[in-house]
Amino acid sequence: MSTPEQNAPARVTAGAAEESRPSLSALLLDPSFWADWASVVGLVGLVIVFGIAQPVFLSVANLQALLLAAAILVVLSIGQTFVVATSGIDLSLAAAVMLGAIILGLVNAAGYGIFLACLLAVLATSAVGFLNGLLITAGRIPDFVVTLGTLSGITGLGLILSGGEPTMVGSTFLLRLASGHFGPFGYPVWVAIAAVIVAHIALYHTRFGVHLLATGGQTESANALGIRTNRVKIAAYTISGFCAGIAAILLVARIGSAEPLINTSLLLNSVAAVVLGGVSLFGGRASILGPAIGALMLTALVNGLTLLSVSAFYQPLAVGAIVVLAALIMRYQK
Amino acid sequence: MSAVHHIPSSEAILACEGLSKHFGGIRAFTDVAFQARRGEVTAVIGDNGAGKSTLIRCLVGVHVPDDGEIFFDGQPKPFGNPDEARKAGIETVHQNLALIDELTVAQNLFLNREIVRRFGPIALLDRKAMRTQARAMLSRLSINMPSVNQRVRRLSGGQRQAISICRAAGSGAKLVVMDEPTAALGVQETANVEALIRRLRDQGVSVILVSHNFDQVRRLSDQIWVMRAGKMVATVRASETSGNELVALVTGAA
Repeated sequence: MSTPEQNAPARVTAGAAEESRPSLSALLLDPSFWADWASVVGLVGLVIVFGIAQPVFLSVANLQALLLAAAILVVLSIGQTFVVATSGIDLSLAAAVMLGAIILGLVNAAGYGIFLACLLAVLATSAVGFLNGLLITAGRIPDFVVTLGTLSGITGLGLILSGGEPTMVGSTFLLRLASGHFGPFGYPVWVAIAAVIVAHIALYHTRFGVHLLATGGQTESANALGIRTNRVKIAAYTISGFCAGIAAILLVARIGSAEPLINTSLLLNSVAAVVLGGVSLFGGRASILGPAIGALMLTALVNGLTLLSVSAFYQPLAVGAIVVLAALIMRYQK
Repeated sequence: MSAVHHIPSSEAILACEGLSKHFGGIRAFTDVAFQARRGEVTAVIGDNGAGKSTLIRCLVGVHVPDDGEIFFDGQPKPFGNPDEARKAGIETVHQNLALIDELTVAQNLFLNREIVRRFGPIALLDRKAMRTQARAMLSRLSINMPSVNQRVRRLSGGQRQAISICRAAGSGAKLVVMDEPTAALGVQETANVEALIRRLRDQGVSVILVSHNFDQVRRLSDQIWVMRAGKMVATVRASETSGNELVALVTGAA
């Protein structure tokens, strides 16, 4: 794609006329450059630090494992990005993953086949997203309250459906999905790459993408210009739910069972990746590559700390520090 | 000049007859007859609360009038919503709701009427075509803009207003409706926007202008309509009136 991306981090120079790009040194002195590229700078920094401290970090096997571990978070961060771009937030994302996993496990255990199980899991999480969007727009309830409510609601639903017990999912399809390779990457990495490409095209190259950013930027103006902002918001939450469903499939494939446990760090990290990716929490400004690299960076952080034998207890602390730091840098974003 | 009743002539691009609008017990305006001639700048003036803005909103479909008829291009045309009016060829420049800060000039100019290329079921934006046409739209109205890739957030109030007007005109609208287009602008910027409105008229676009500024109205418009307390009380040719007369008509001192 040769055309410049108006909203991608690459367009930090948007203020300057296209004919006169600022020099590299001017760019490096501009704080908004660092804010827009926080996730890339962070990832490169981490790779250098961990690579020096523990050369195993840079081994092909470790990098492949890192990408594999990042795939789920990348997919979730994309879903979260669509919601945050409308100046909303989806707190029910990780709970939706759990619900999707449980439905997948139960349908499969009931003998309906793995494909129907995956389909129903994605449908269920998409329905959760649709419901979120409907309550926020038609119900006029703040996004925070609605998704906090569905977070609790579907957690309960998951526990009721599963009886609190994990369900083993012994499927050759999922086993191959989790462990198979195509080229240098495992299948989950390809799923994440495909999600990034599709989401990038949707955000930058479709009317929906422009309307999404317009809705997030100034809902009332977008409305006045004839954009159906409520529909756009509902679509964004549904996309978020859909991504949760894909993540649920990848998660069940990875651990081989559907567990009625919410991985809260998935939720926090999805928001963190979005912030690191330079997406404005006030809406109207988003990219897909940014959050995807943010997700990669957070995974690299955990991976590197583990290789350095740092206690797992320190990992949330490190993630928290980095996210707050990123938000601080983001204040310089223009 | 007192009672204003015209049968909508073929010269009228937009006209109304016996139009009334009430909000609950509050009367916005009653029995209003009005017409805007094709190819002219038609001004509606009046004090705060005279009913100007509500009248305009009824004419472009934001509000549905309680009573009366609206004619567009000689045909009775009740617009149920702004989209219908837009499709018929009426564009409205909203006071503060015209642009999206985070989008670029080109994206704003083509918002909700993006150019797409179809690949089977998928429609992708033709961003190059939109940028090229955006430049053409701006230069046709002699609007200076460093780059169509610039975010609107960084533009001045006058530039923003110019883009909203350009957006309205660029859709091939027959009629552009502006509510206080220079209310928040400085002297130089106001002059630029006024020049822009003249260029619009010179290109054959009809304009309806709501304004508080009597001098501006006399400079810009061809026909002036005066509202007072929910009634259309007078209409005068701009060339045949004075500032004092307009003040008298608006306040009811005549």
